[in-house]
Amino acid sequence: MPTLFEPLATMPARTVRIDIDGTERHVPTHYSIAAALLESGAASCRTTPVSGTARGPFCMMGVCFDCLVEVDGVPNVQACMTRVRDGMRVRAMSGKARLA
Amino acid sequence: MHEKQAHNNARHYDVIVAGGGLVGMAIAYGIARTGKRVAVCDGADSAHRAARGNFGLVWVQGKGSRCLPYAQWSRESSARWSAFAAQLQRETGVDAGFERPGGIELCETAEQLDAGHRLLESIRAQDASLAYEVLDIKALKARVPTASDALAGALYSPHDGHASPLYTLRAMQEAFQLHGGAYLPRNEVREIRPRAGRFEVDTANGTLEAERVVLAAGLDNARLAPMVGMHSPITPLRGQIMVTERLQPFLDYPTLVVRQTREGSVLLGDSAEPAGFDDGQTRAVMADIARRARTAFPLLAHARIVRSWGALRIMTPDGLPVYEESSAHPGAFLAICHSGVTLAAAHADVIAPWIAGGGKPAILHPFVATRFSNPTDAHAF
Repeated sequence: MPTLFEPLATMPARTVRIDIDGTERHVPTHYSIAAALLESGAASCRTTPVSGTARGPFCMMGVCFDCLVEVDGVPNVQACMTRVRDGMRVRAMSGKARLA
Repeated sequence: MHEKQAHNNARHYDVIVAGGGLVGMAIAYGIARTGKRVAVCDGADSAHRAARGNFGLVWVQGKGSRCLPYAQWSRESSARWSAFAAQLQRETGVDAGFERPGGIELCETAEQLDAGHRLLESIRAQDASLAYEVLDIKALKARVPTASDALAGALYSPHDGHASPLYTLRAMQEAFQLHGGAYLPRNEVREIRPRAGRFEVDTANGTLEAERVVLAAGLDNARLAPMVGMHSPITPLRGQIMVTERLQPFLDYPTLVVRQTREGSVLLGDSAEPAGFDDGQTRAVMADIARRARTAFPLLAHARIVRSWGALRIMTPDGLPVYEESSAHPGAFLAICHSGVTLAAAHADVIAPWIAGGGKPAILHPFVATRFSNPTDAHAF
């Protein structure tokens, strides 16, 4: 899939396996979830609770809260501030958080 | 000269209300609706503001067990709220978020359920229209499927509801100004001087005058009341509240400890502690609030808390409100209560016309501060 982002080959290529909305992805261990999302070509990872408009990773430094995703069942996790972990399940969020 | 007169006229009002919180704005809005010229002298943003720390309940259930008129007064306001909110929305476009699906008090133990049942029955025995239902755990789950199976049950009253305190305040402020009212922020009242048939009111920005003044300044009423020959025996009672991220709707009824707003946020609360004028928060109280919320609704265990605060309620010795005109300086009125949301509709519809010059409604007769001057009377309710 074409993407705006190209990984720099500066790190050894050890990867973890994560699940983004049902699709398995192999990404370098040092990636944040937001980096994995961008590399997957996804421009958005949720819709807002107020207006229902799409949002995706933006500031990449923990201040804009646009990149919220559900991680292993926990809603509203900041994707840019969370490192990927083997076996992680990442889900897009639609509007308000739903608790199990 | 002409300019100076215009300036003087601008400083003269029929009624000056000290305090722009939920109580002051409701009364000021109600008076402005009668066509009077009204100014609200409000404090700065740094003032203690119960109106901005409110949980947002319109609550009748359990109130007035020792003073039936208080139960009836609360119910009257609750009954008026729907029309009140509709008028505010019509006039301003601001939706106060009022809903009255009935309110639920959750009980963790059978003892709590029994005690609550006895309390509500003692009130209903005095006035059969103060209705309630006891919900066993099955009946509770039928209304609130997300409630914990571990609860003993709940008490339900159709008179209870909830509203957004912030939108309510904003709507009243806008509606007040649309009716010609002058809202004056950063104009905390410093001094009130009774003169023959009028009052001079000093604020940070000069002196105003009016035929009538209303003290609705919350905790500051204790300082202002003696200036018009009255006594305002009030103390702060701190409440702490936590708010979650916006969640998909899971609770259709307001409860005393958990309330989901229309926007999806969930307010967690119901604490009461004397802490002087400290409106901060404590870990012990927040932990207790979180425990009760999670006990009642296990799904909240993973909810994220995004805000929390402490705020100071305004409490009289017996918890009942005060609505009284000064006998030493007629034209000066004192208004005290700790339920500014519940009573907002009655304040605008009933208190305001009285202050504007109408007769004093009979239901208000128990709510005079002079009940505190005789210590044996203070607990008579």
